[in-house]
Amino acid sequence: MISHFLNLEWKQFFRSASFSKSIGAKILVGFFGLYFAVCFLFIGIGGFYIIKKQFPDQDPLVLVNSFLMYAIVGDLIFRYIMQKLPVMNIKPLLILPIQKSKIVHFILAKSSLSFFNIMGLFFYIPFSVVLIKEGYDFVGVLGWLTAMILLTQSANFFNFLVNKNNAVFGGLLTLLILGYLVQHFNWFDLPGFIGQGFDAIYQTPILALIFLVVLIGLYFTNYTQLRNEIYLDAIISEKTKEVNSADLSFADRLGDVAPFIKNDLRLMWRNKRTKSGIWMLAIGLLYGLFFYPNPVYADMEFMYVLVGIFSTGTLLINFGQFIPAWDSSYYKMLMSQNFKYERYLKSKFTIMTISVVALFVLGIPYVYFGWKVLLVHFAAMIYNIGVNSHVIMYGGTFNRKKINLDEKAAFNFQGTGAVQWIIGFPLMLLPMAIFGLINWLVSFEIATLTLAILGFIGIALHKKIMATITKKYIANKYVMIHAFNQEN
Amino acid sequence: MIQTTQLSKKYGKAEVLNIESLEIPTGQSFGLVGNNGAGKTTYFNILLDLIRPTTGAIVNHDIQVNTSEDWKSFTGSFIDESFLIGYLTPDEYFEFIGDLRGMNKADVKSFLGQFDEFFNDEIIGKKKYLRDLSKGNQKKAGIVAAMMGNPQVVILDEPFANLDPTTQIRLKKIIKELTENREITVLISSHDLTHVTEVCERIVVLDKGVVVKDIETSAETLKELESYFSV
Repeated sequence: MISHFLNLEWKQFFRSASFSKSIGAKILVGFFGLYFAVCFLFIGIGGFYIIKKQFPDQDPLVLVNSFLMYAIVGDLIFRYIMQKLPVMNIKPLLILPIQKSKIVHFILAKSSLSFFNIMGLFFYIPFSVVLIKEGYDFVGVLGWLTAMILLTQSANFFNFLVNKNNAVFGGLLTLLILGYLVQHFNWFDLPGFIGQGFDAIYQTPILALIFLVVLIGLYFTNYTQLRNEIYLDAIISEKTKEVNSADLSFADRLGDVAPFIKNDLRLMWRNKRTKSGIWMLAIGLLYGLFFYPNPVYADMEFMYVLVGIFSTGTLLINFGQFIPAWDSSYYKMLMSQNFKYERYLKSKFTIMTISVVALFVLGIPYVYFGWKVLLVHFAAMIYNIGVNSHVIMYGGTFNRKKINLDEKAAFNFQGTGAVQWIIGFPLMLLPMAIFGLINWLVSFEIATLTLAILGFIGIALHKKIMATITKKYIANKYVMIHAFNQEN
Repeated sequence: MIQTTQLSKKYGKAEVLNIESLEIPTGQSFGLVGNNGAGKTTYFNILLDLIRPTTGAIVNHDIQVNTSEDWKSFTGSFIDESFLIGYLTPDEYFEFIGDLRGMNKADVKSFLGQFDEFFNDEIIGKKKYLRDLSKGNQKKAGIVAAMMGNPQVVILDEPFANLDPTTQIRLKKIIKELTENREITVLISSHDLTHVTEVCERIVVLDKGVVVKDIETSAETLKELESYFSV
């Protein structure tokens, strides 16, 4: 029976939509996973020595313990947002002659091997090894490590029990903030107090068994709850969300592209994939803060271009590169409707332009880092509107991958083909190179002006360029319809 | 008038559609019948210029569909759920289609008013996205959207599937009313012989892409079709 389950899991993984056929995307996902693993591993190995060096008069283990509260609560918050018990998968199994208890045990056991539980180990295990190597008591460290593993697993099951309960989430946040505040103002060292508990485990390793009891308790609470609720009208029911309808009549002022723009705004707000993408806007906008406060970059003016292009162009890049794949699930319908393709593309262009200008305006506070920064950002904005928007729309004609709007965006490279990656580089690197070269050869002013002029040329030729791009889209119509019909 | 001449569609060596000649006069209610893989949807897809024919062409009211797009202004269609925009509410979807078909909000509202009975209070004003509606209700929305903007040609692929009996009867009434004035051509495909004989004045049977029967509907048609298919 178990082998059947495992076989299904294997197939589910390798045949899933997000495990797309594109080798590039696969490598990238693998790379991210590896990146995090290596980061944790590095901290795990190096952490001990770094602490020793920074705080020579403190015991690294005690120090780590005194921060564990933050780690644990943070972990729970992260899980609350990201992790969910994949109950939908078991729907087809319910009508087969398999005992429900087996299904439940399997799904719970499987969850304990999830990404969220493994990642912590990359820190705890090497850290423990280093501790032993540095002469800490072997049994003590082993007890501590066991406690950590059991705690991670408990967090796993606790999270499913909480199951998106907002009150608990609020409680966790309060605990995190309160813990910090009482410690900060020296009223009560809550994190340290909890840390002492972990110190005690190191002293008396047998105490780790407490967490085993907790884990078993949580597991069986989960089990009983799930066992009683694997019904289509209980836990396996798909929740239908209430509509959030905002008044978008302001968009009517944009003329004949208004219906498409309203659609795109709704598309962005109402689908998982795009909704999590909206957070990218915030990251993109604040991207400059990674660079500008750092004096290392003060003389590297071409970095302004990177930040400028990126911070004003986040939506342009994230949204633009999947035109027209966003509309892939109903592309057939669009193609049988009464409108000119040009109008459709114009609506996309309008959205991108508005976003670029708006993001520039929101980014005006960057002037804090000097007028030069703002000047370059302005030139980058013009360049984004005049050049990059056209380039990205042209790149869209190569889109052959359907996008399933219901899938989450993080680590989701569905719809991504090689072209998206290839096109991403010239969008940012080309203006950087042009600017860098002229800045080096001539002057900062001329370099900035060149970017702006390139942008203005693009804007001046907008109609012509769009006509060419439209032709290309129409020529590719059937190929796209066919491709968007395939589930990838 | 929809004229089909020398139409064929091949995928590699396999021929999925081959229609020598087919004329559908304006105002006819035309039914397309056939088993799975007979080529019904392929025919509709070519008529909507969603796939290209290997040879031949369809001319919809003097416009060859794969060379000009002008047929779009007078052709409404609903093929399957992929014609719906899942993240919109039905109201927003109708507004969107109405916009594209040159109707303002008031037009859309009065147009939808005719379908109150058909919708049975399950579509309009409900705070639900199209993707969360049941299959039957999705279909209702799609069918009505296909009739927006005074189309001359209405194409419905399997309109009766997934509908409840009451709605099926109401849909039949709607289709009959559409062709009453002999101005609107309605093309439907169906697996349900009873419905299609009831609604359509002419029925064409496709088998493996070829027209095998072209019948003017009469009292005997249902029997004739049943005996044809009961092989």
